[in-house]
Formats: sequence, C-alpha cells, structure tokens
Amino acid sequence: MKHDYIDKYSRLESPVHSIEPRAKALALFALIVICVSTPPEAWWCFVVYAGIVFIVATASRVPASHIISRALVVFPFILIVALVTPFTKEGMTILELGFLKVSKEGLITVWNVSVKSLISIIALILLSSTTPFPDLMRALERLKVPSFFTTVASFMYRYVFIIVDEAERMKRARDSRNFRGRWIWQAKTIGQMIASLFIRSHMRGERVYQAMCSRGFEGTFPRYHDRKMKSADVVFLTLITLTAVSARISLLW
Amino acid sequence: MEIISLKSEIAIRVENLSYVYPDGTLALQEINLTVRKGESVALMGPNGAGKSTLTLHLNGILKGKGRVEIHGLEVNKQNIRKIRRLVGLVFQDPDDQLFSSTVKEDVAFGPLNMGISPDLVEFSVKRALEWVGMSGSEDRSPHHLSLGEKKRVSIATVLAMEPEILVLDEPGANLDPRGRREISELIKTLKGTKLVVTHDLDMAAQICDRAVILLSGRIIADGPIRDILSDSALLSRAGLI
Repeated sequence: MKHDYIDKYSRLESPVHSIEPRAKALALFALIVICVSTPPEAWWCFVVYAGIVFIVATASRVPASHIISRALVVFPFILIVALVTPFTKEGMTILELGFLKVSKEGLITVWNVSVKSLISIIALILLSSTTPFPDLMRALERLKVPSFFTTVASFMYRYVFIIVDEAERMKRARDSRNFRGRWIWQAKTIGQMIASLFIRSHMRGERVYQAMCSRGFEGTFPRYHDRKMKSADVVFLTLITLTAVSARISLLW
Repeated sequence: MEIISLKSEIAIRVENLSYVYPDGTLALQEINLTVRKGESVALMGPNGAGKSTLTLHLNGILKGKGRVEIHGLEVNKQNIRKIRRLVGLVFQDPDDQLFSSTVKEDVAFGPLNMGISPDLVEFSVKRALEWVGMSGSEDRSPHHLSLGEKKRVSIATVLAMEPEILVLDEPGANLDPRGRREISELIKTLKGTKLVVTHDLDMAAQICDRAVILLSGRIIADGPIRDILSDSALLSRAGLI
C-alpha cells in the first residue's frame, strides 16, 4: 500500500526548506503563541500573522491544495463552535431567528476560534511539510523537548503505516468471511480485531527492541551530523518573530 | 598452549544450553554446538523447533541455562558489548530490524552505538550499503522499500558494525524465487563465520557447508551439508520435505 506521509513535500527545495529546523520550529511556534494571545478585536494583527504565513507558504513552494486539504482537519471543531456559541453566549443580541438569538459576543468567539486555529494549523503544516520528520524531531530534541516525546513520535512515524497495513489485512480477511458492516451487531468482532491488533503491535515492539539491543542499543539514541544555525536562519527567525511581536505589542499603546 | 590455540579457532561454542519460555514451553534442551571460525552453518528445522530462540542466545538477548561462548568470551553482562559487536544478528522481519525514518539512520545506528566517530560512521554506512547493493538509498524511508530491498538494508545495518559472526534468521522468508536467489548470492559473498537459519534446502546448499537440524528444541543431526541433504528420512522427520 502507498501511504501519504505527514512530511510529504518536506524534501522539496526552497528557501523555506533550507532553513535550519530549529530556527523554523522556533519562529513558527513563536508566531502561534503570539497569535493565540492576541485579543480577537485586534483584527489587523491577524492580517499581519496571516500575511507572514502566506509569505512563508508561497516561498515554500508547497502546493496550496496540500496545505488547504491538511488544514481541513480543524473545520469540524470550528463548525461545532460556529453552530453553538452564537446562540448560547450571553450578550448583545444583533439578530433574531425565531426563538434563537444571535449575540455579538458569540460571533466574536467564533471569529476568535476560527482565525487562531487556522493560522496555527497552517503554521504547523508549513513546519511539517518543509522539514523532514527526523530532522524536525532532532530539532525539537536540541530545543530541549524531552527525548521521550520525540522518540515516541519517531516510532509512531515509522510504524503507524505498518499497523495500518496490518489492520487493513485483518479487515480484508474479515470481509472475505462475509462480515457485514452493521457495526452495532459486529461490535464483538471489531473489539477482537482491536485486541489482536494491540497484541501484534506489542509483540512487534518487543522484537524491535531486541533488534535494537542486538546492535548495541543501551537506552539513549546516538546522533550525528547536526546542523549549525547560519545567518540566514537567524534572519528568518528574527524577521518572523519581530514582525509578529511588533504587531502584538502595538496593541499596548 | 594447545588449548588456547584450539580455542581461538572456535567462533561459537554452546554447552548444555536449555531454555524455558516464561509460559513454561521448553524451547531448547541441552544444546551442544561448536562452530569454527569461517564456517557457514545452516540451522534447519520445522517451525517452532527453537531455531530463532537459539540465535537470540548467541548475543545475549535471551539467557538460558548452560554456557555460550563467542570467540572464547562467555556471553554475560560484562562481555555483552564486545559480544554484540562480534555477533551480527539479522532478524527475520525487516520491519523489526529497520525502525528509523531513513535507511541511513538505520545503518548508522549500530556503529554510532559502538561509539565510532561520525566521519567514520558516514564511511561505514556507505560501504555497508555498497556491499548489499543498495548504494544511493541513504535518504529513502524503509517503509517505501520493497521486501527484497528491506532485507538487503537489514543485512547492511549489521554489516556496518563489521561483525565476525553473521547470524541470519530466515533471510529468504517471503521472497520470490529470484529474490531468494539474489539474497543467497549476496550472503555467499560476505566474509566471516555465518549461521543461517532457513527452511530453504536450496539456499542452505548454496550458502553453507554444514547443516545442523533442530527438532523440538534438540539437535538431531549435525554434519556436512551434502550428507544431511541426501538423508531424506531425516529431512522428512524434520518437516523439511
């Protein structure tokens, strides 16, 4: 089976791809933190943040369709907020639809949630589609993220597809024996599949660990060829952080 | 003096090795096996005979009752680093062996664990991939390799550590006939002592000069490959034909 990788497009060549992963991660995380901390009324700040994201996206040459399709994952959450809060949040009524009252505060919440989640998710998509996953994990490690998290994420990246394949094979074997997908009747079968998938993964984990020990693994991952930050990386980092910070700080005056 | 020189000829010595799995299954019973340096030995037997269990004892992953010596060194906690450097174990399923996100990282894993400097590691990764005919695939992801390629890279991950003894668990498993032939040819070109676990009689005949047959945790035959492969009663008893 052919799989889509989380870091698809991460091996293209572009100015953004060539930035040192730590600089990229720091810059985009800074942007997210600043964006999330901005009050929703300061709409023009969001224009600045969106502008930064737009420029980085354009320079990265990652296809827009890819960014948009990945960004769709946040829509269900936005939708829930958009369907509920305008009617439930107390405040000044600006529209009446029968017995439903739409409040201004509710609408502001919807705007707040959507713009912040969209900018943040696109920043993360850009980070992951312009940095090969192993390099990103190494960058996070060098930024003092506990190696436990990066190790777990790295294994997940390697093995998730094998587990998906395994599940797919089990599903086919099940369907070949005339399984009908009316899940409520088949909950037991599905439960057993999940259990056996868990056991298989557990056994695989054991074997992977044995194979690692056979090659001298003693608990810490060895690393080599670390990149150094160059001036272009520092410029990238300061430019993005400074632009976002100045937009945010200008609100204080 | 004679004893020492005799000992130095010996790559693997297993004495009275028994192993019981935690669930009570008797996996190995009183195994005695000596392999001289440079020998190529086929370890054969039906499923569940204890072949893989035996290989896991050779570098101290499993610890049973009895004694295992590699190049005269007893397999124990003190020697474990040296032992794992001497014995290169290639697992049956390449997806167990290859856990990194790129081929290069996987091949570099062993040498880096041994504390070799990054420049030298770079060199040994390149050379190991060359040996198995996978040069140029450094940045590919193991998940995107074909099974035959995965098997080759698995072997490279071990060759990069330059082991004296190569232990391969079912190197031909799940490969098509051509893939199996290519893997046997590759293994044949590799230097050092070799212990090859296999059900594949052709592969055994092609690579090895001696065969050891394991049945229900016991060695039931040990001899030159020709003699063993021509004993059809024995092969049939061991479920090999």
